[in-house]
Amino acid sequence: MNQRPRGPVLTGAHYLDGDHACAEGAIAAGCRFIAGYPITPSTEVAERLAERFPRIGGTFIQMEDELASIAAVLGAAWGGARAMTVTSGPGFSLMMENIGLGVMTETPCVVVNVQRGGPSTGLPTLTGQQDMMQARWGSHGDYEIIALSPSSPQECFDLTVTCFNLSEKYRVPVMFMMDECVGHMTEKVVIPEADTIDVWPRRWYRGPRDKYLPYAPDKDGVPPMIRAGDDHRVHITGLTHDARGYPIINAECQQICVSRLTDKIRDNADDLVMVKEEQLRGADVVVVAYGISARVATKAITDARKKGIKVGFLRLITVWPFPEKKIRDLAGKVGCLVMPEINLGQMYREVERAAAGKCRTMLVPHCGGWVHDPEDILKAIIEGAK
Amino acid sequence: MNPNQLLGKRGTADAHPMEDFLRMDRMPHIWCSTCGLGTCLTAFIAAAQESAIPREDIVVVSGIGCTGRAAGYLKYDSFHTTHGRAIPYATGLKVANPRLKVCIISGDGDLVSIGGNHLIHAARRNMDLTVICVNNFNYAMTGGQAAPTTPQTAIATTTPYGAFERPFNIPFLVDSCGATYVARWTALHVRQLTIAIKEALLHRGFSFIEVISPCPTVYARRNRLGTGLDLMKFYHDHSITKNFASTRECDIKFQQDIVVGKFVQREEPTYLDAMDAQMKKTLGAKFVPYVGPMDPNSERTKSDART
Repeated sequence: MNQRPRGPVLTGAHYLDGDHACAEGAIAAGCRFIAGYPITPSTEVAERLAERFPRIGGTFIQMEDELASIAAVLGAAWGGARAMTVTSGPGFSLMMENIGLGVMTETPCVVVNVQRGGPSTGLPTLTGQQDMMQARWGSHGDYEIIALSPSSPQECFDLTVTCFNLSEKYRVPVMFMMDECVGHMTEKVVIPEADTIDVWPRRWYRGPRDKYLPYAPDKDGVPPMIRAGDDHRVHITGLTHDARGYPIINAECQQICVSRLTDKIRDNADDLVMVKEEQLRGADVVVVAYGISARVATKAITDARKKGIKVGFLRLITVWPFPEKKIRDLAGKVGCLVMPEINLGQMYREVERAAAGKCRTMLVPHCGGWVHDPEDILKAIIEGAK
Repeated sequence: MNPNQLLGKRGTADAHPMEDFLRMDRMPHIWCSTCGLGTCLTAFIAAAQESAIPREDIVVVSGIGCTGRAAGYLKYDSFHTTHGRAIPYATGLKVANPRLKVCIISGDGDLVSIGGNHLIHAARRNMDLTVICVNNFNYAMTGGQAAPTTPQTAIATTTPYGAFERPFNIPFLVDSCGATYVARWTALHVRQLTIAIKEALLHRGFSFIEVISPCPTVYARRNRLGTGLDLMKFYHDHSITKNFASTRECDIKFQQDIVVGKFVQREEPTYLDAMDAQMKKTLGAKFVPYVGPMDPNSERTKSDART
């Protein structure tokens, strides 16, 4: 049998849980550096990479805490590595300050959050979707972030690659907002041939060495990047800075610096928004959901359709930037938007805001610890169809 | 003063001999007159040159505070990070790109208080980093609050009736955690400090230098210790050089003798050495050493995934 030598990418069909699929996605995306700290229910991602990396030329470091993990990831990214860290609620909270540094210094990296129930230590082993707003607003200051949410182990693989690609394209930390159910759900995951996986390169600077300005943006608002140690003598700071990267502490520079950080995401929202639409045309009610809640909602949607209700389904893959236009368009066409999520109404606020009173909106809340009973979602659909 | 006025021609009397290594377009700096930080930068640049380490390999990482601004004035690849996180940031740089000589220049509050956990773990790992910890006994940038290094009885804005907590003996702390090079000098000991920084840069493993530095504007003024010059005189009269002294005996008490010297220099496997050795032992031929960072000069895209 003619077998090709096995590379790092585990091409083929596998039976994997979401955490392991995410780890394989990172490998497929060219990630060769991970810093992490143990925390349930995300640890399996780090464990798998700790085992896989020494066999494929990657490096894993277990840091002393999550503050250190994210700091090491930012340092590694400037050292030229494609870098990732993995955590869950309490660790995510600890990472917030340096996620802000990552935004301010435009450092490409991926932060995986396998969400559990909170607040505080909450439900370490049970599911939640309660860090959705924290992903968007958790670090201080005004900024924009990119966050994706997977609904299956297959998506844990596919979207991890996408997270890396987007982080490189937009030079921003990308949040991968998994949840405990998706992380621990085991399903078939098909990993394609390595050379068919679309991996985007870093935006390397290619001009003369001494002409490099770290924060002079390209046309799309994103500046090219260099690697420490290549004699560009750059200065990178979390202070408000000019195109040279030098701290300038005044309102004018703040205006230029912060506007660009937000505009590079806002202006490209159409490129970033990924949703899955199903039977939206002519629908009276549309269920809007993401992550594991989207899986649970499918049962309620099927049951509602059996009852003759015209139900559409909008599954959010990109959660930040929020798919605002999609919701606004829908709100003008349908009677009611129903949103189940495993929190007390985080992304629902965005749905409500974007719908702006043009249709009814209904939240199906859940405090966490378990997924929704599809019956509860069905009731909301029936109520929404009235 | 217009910063351009400082830009003299090299080789002439009005040119600073180290201006090639400083970001002259950022002058004037924010540090106070007779602060010890200028001396530290001078010693660092001299040591870096003498070490003959290629300039592009040297990366400087700072945290937050007066010393935290060092990275912004040195003309190397330099990173001004968040408060306390210079060491883990530097760890990421080093592990991702082991060719780099990563130096941390930061203050006592940044490294020993808010960043204390990272300091002890980097020492424990014998991570191949050079740490220059400038100790001015207080948080100077925020106006002179007490630090975990403030000597007992000293006045700070948050200890208006005198500090009463026991301060850290930093050389003892890092020594006991596994640092393989430990020294302490004052801002007066320019030659010894330069030699120490050079040795630290050339040392394989976690090297740590504490630099006792005058803070004339807040710490000295509040404690009526005189000017920066008076503090230099104090260092002259009260520094006791004891190479390889037991770090346990290097406590600093308010306005008493300061033990200085090179305390520790030993060879131990670094983090990266130990990792490679263990992986080789366990995995044998299956071990694939770290591939290194991505290369800007090769158009690896899809192939990134296959290397």
